[in-house]
Amino acid sequence: MELQVDRASIDRCRESAAAIVAPVEEFIAGHSTVSVERAVLRLLGVDGVGPDEIPLPNLIVDSISAHERRAGVALPFGKALAETGLDPAALGEAIGAGQYRLADFSATPDAAAIGALRPHVEAALAHIRGRREERRSMLGRLPQLPPPLLYVIVASGNIYEDRTAAVAASEAGAQVIAVIRSTGQSLLDFVPFGPTTEGFGGTYATQANFRIMRAALDEVSEKLGRYVMLTNYASGLCMPEIATMAAIERLDMLLNDSMYGILFRDINMKRTFVDQHFSRMLNAYSGIIINTGEDNYLTTADAVEQAPAVLASQFINEEFAHRAGMPDEQIGLGDAYEINPDLTDGFLYQLAQAQLARQIFPNAPLKYMPPTKHMTGDIFKGHLIDALFNLTSVMTGQTIHLCGMLTEAIHTPFLGDRVLSIENARYIMNTARHFGDEIVFRPGGVIERRAQDVLAGCEVLLERVASMGLMHAIDAALFADVKRSPDGGRGFDGVFERGENYYNPFEDALRSSTVRSARDDKVTA
Amino acid sequence: MSTLVKPYGDTMNDGKVQLSFTLPVEWSEAADEAARQLVAKMGFGDVQVVEGRRIADGFSFFVVYAATPQSIDVESIKAPSARSHAMSMEEVDSFVSERIGRKIRIAGACIGTDAHTVGIDAILNMKGYKGDYGLERYHMFETHNLGSQIAVEDLVRFAKDRGIDALLASQVVTQKGSDIKNFTELAELLEAEGLRDRVVLICGGPRVTNLMASELGYDAGFGRGTLPSEVAAFVAVTLADRAKAQTREKVTGRPGV
Repeated sequence: MELQVDRASIDRCRESAAAIVAPVEEFIAGHSTVSVERAVLRLLGVDGVGPDEIPLPNLIVDSISAHERRAGVALPFGKALAETGLDPAALGEAIGAGQYRLADFSATPDAAAIGALRPHVEAALAHIRGRREERRSMLGRLPQLPPPLLYVIVASGNIYEDRTAAVAASEAGAQVIAVIRSTGQSLLDFVPFGPTTEGFGGTYATQANFRIMRAALDEVSEKLGRYVMLTNYASGLCMPEIATMAAIERLDMLLNDSMYGILFRDINMKRTFVDQHFSRMLNAYSGIIINTGEDNYLTTADAVEQAPAVLASQFINEEFAHRAGMPDEQIGLGDAYEINPDLTDGFLYQLAQAQLARQIFPNAPLKYMPPTKHMTGDIFKGHLIDALFNLTSVMTGQTIHLCGMLTEAIHTPFLGDRVLSIENARYIMNTARHFGDEIVFRPGGVIERRAQDVLAGCEVLLERVASMGLMHAIDAALFADVKRSPDGGRGFDGVFERGENYYNPFEDALRSSTVRSARDDKVTA
Repeated sequence: MSTLVKPYGDTMNDGKVQLSFTLPVEWSEAADEAARQLVAKMGFGDVQVVEGRRIADGFSFFVVYAATPQSIDVESIKAPSARSHAMSMEEVDSFVSERIGRKIRIAGACIGTDAHTVGIDAILNMKGYKGDYGLERYHMFETHNLGSQIAVEDLVRFAKDRGIDALLASQVVTQKGSDIKNFTELAELLEAEGLRDRVVLICGGPRVTNLMASELGYDAGFGRGTLPSEVAAFVAVTLADRAKAQTREKVTGRPGV
């Protein structure tokens, strides 16, 4: 089932994407953010909260003057490590308790700081490698069912209720569990601490919550004899920190989009670009598959019109991810089944778009999102639309399949809704498992022409963005009809230019280890 | 005259309903019977558990058909609609220029922590919804879409500073009653600031009904499927009616409204 599309056009799209991302990468290389620096502290082992529940990483980074932070937090923190002889966790607590200030150690030479940091940097990276190895070995011992991997969300607000729901969903056939975050979290400039039992529209992403869910899924994985993956959301103001926590707690996937926060959460674009880069370097190192958020273009605007923008965003996300050292096998590019069900031949267009993405990104674990925009209180019709979505997914070989819920428009899923949804997907994907291998598209037919049109539209859009520059293009509302200015939006005050003496001990180590063993620990057995 | 009705299965007044639910018990024949008795305790008769099965460790799912002995007098039910002023965009624009004589200043936001702007965007964004243009496209509306996660304090301050005529508050997330809480806070704050009578206050969202809106002290509530022109017409007609009433009462001191 192969579409005839213009290979040269695909190559030109990739060239445009490279031209779009290259100048942004220059900007990224010259800047850091408060969240990157807080991630450095978290990687070193700083955790916990100080007075007024302020997380210690925030407290420490905020204690450095705007001038001094241009060197990064690692050097002043390393100096304090060298002078106090404490380990990073204990030093963090001591600073939180007001026993020390980083400024007290400014006279200590940089070399002493770097020396004091080194064993902790190595230990952190060894820990992350260990968790990655653990995943690889579990996947070998507890192989997953073949893709599309059935992915469901839990979102009660209470991590312990989520745990019950996640285990039940796994037993019903779910292969990936996502804990949806509380709606406000993407705009918090800190990561909440400890297990949480209250949230709205979801459950806070905290390291303790990650650990609770990981333990529950490991247990059910052993019981079922197949590994159940865990995912959460990095996009927002704390991408690098959430990537850190995910690496430490062995999450398997993370939502991580290079532009989602800018367009859909009004987070400053410079902040997002810098943050996504460091977080993706960490994701690459920890073997975490990123999921990008192209589905959002379709929920806010017409899915037929936006198809070229979705593809353009996929090319840009791919380029950003490659530049952060991610191999294709870890780049879960997003798309969604959002065409209006009343449109004649809408199913054909969905098929065209899904197959086009599959052919353009053959090694990427594509993430396919279910219908949401046109779901209503008519759960019976919703279940049918989900069935066609499931058919499209299995026909076109999508990898990560977000199960659509018949109650999508009504509430966060009930336990029973999730099971009905998984049963729907299992039925369709089993009964039509090899359908895609058995049919061919009519050359020059509706499906093929649609795919060609989408690709052509994408090429034009990418050329325009390349000629304008990405930041200007976003400012001119070329993506999702949303206009964002380079210095507007949330979190801009947390972006700063790196001084000549900027030091981030993890960055160099991560950069030198890219695209290593990803092919060894492919997700699917 | 009362018209009592019952659910219709295939015969008038058979009262047939379908239910489905999950019980937190391992499936067994006793679980099926428990489901049947539970539905009987709800007051239903002729209860048939047509499907009962294990869906996870310690959870079972049931599909049940039953007959209700209850009936309802539809004629006695009141649920006034706010969607009754049918006008096109052009008609609204000319209505506003004739009857109000200036642009209507309208602001909308997803309030509280809700980040789902799909509803408010459908009403306000130029593009609109289902081919019905959004309020940004209307000549006689000055439209401010404040976006997502707007604190009610900020929305009220904005309304005050900009002399807003109509406020649209949207809530998609309804978990644990967060929508009701936020809507209530907004209405109360407007009241406390002495602005309530100056604005047309509207709430919207997939679970909003006009009845619920009036219980919360709103002028109107718009639920799923609402078109931008329906909201525009309601705002225009309401403001024009208020202006007329005030002229009649010779109320002065509030130019323009």
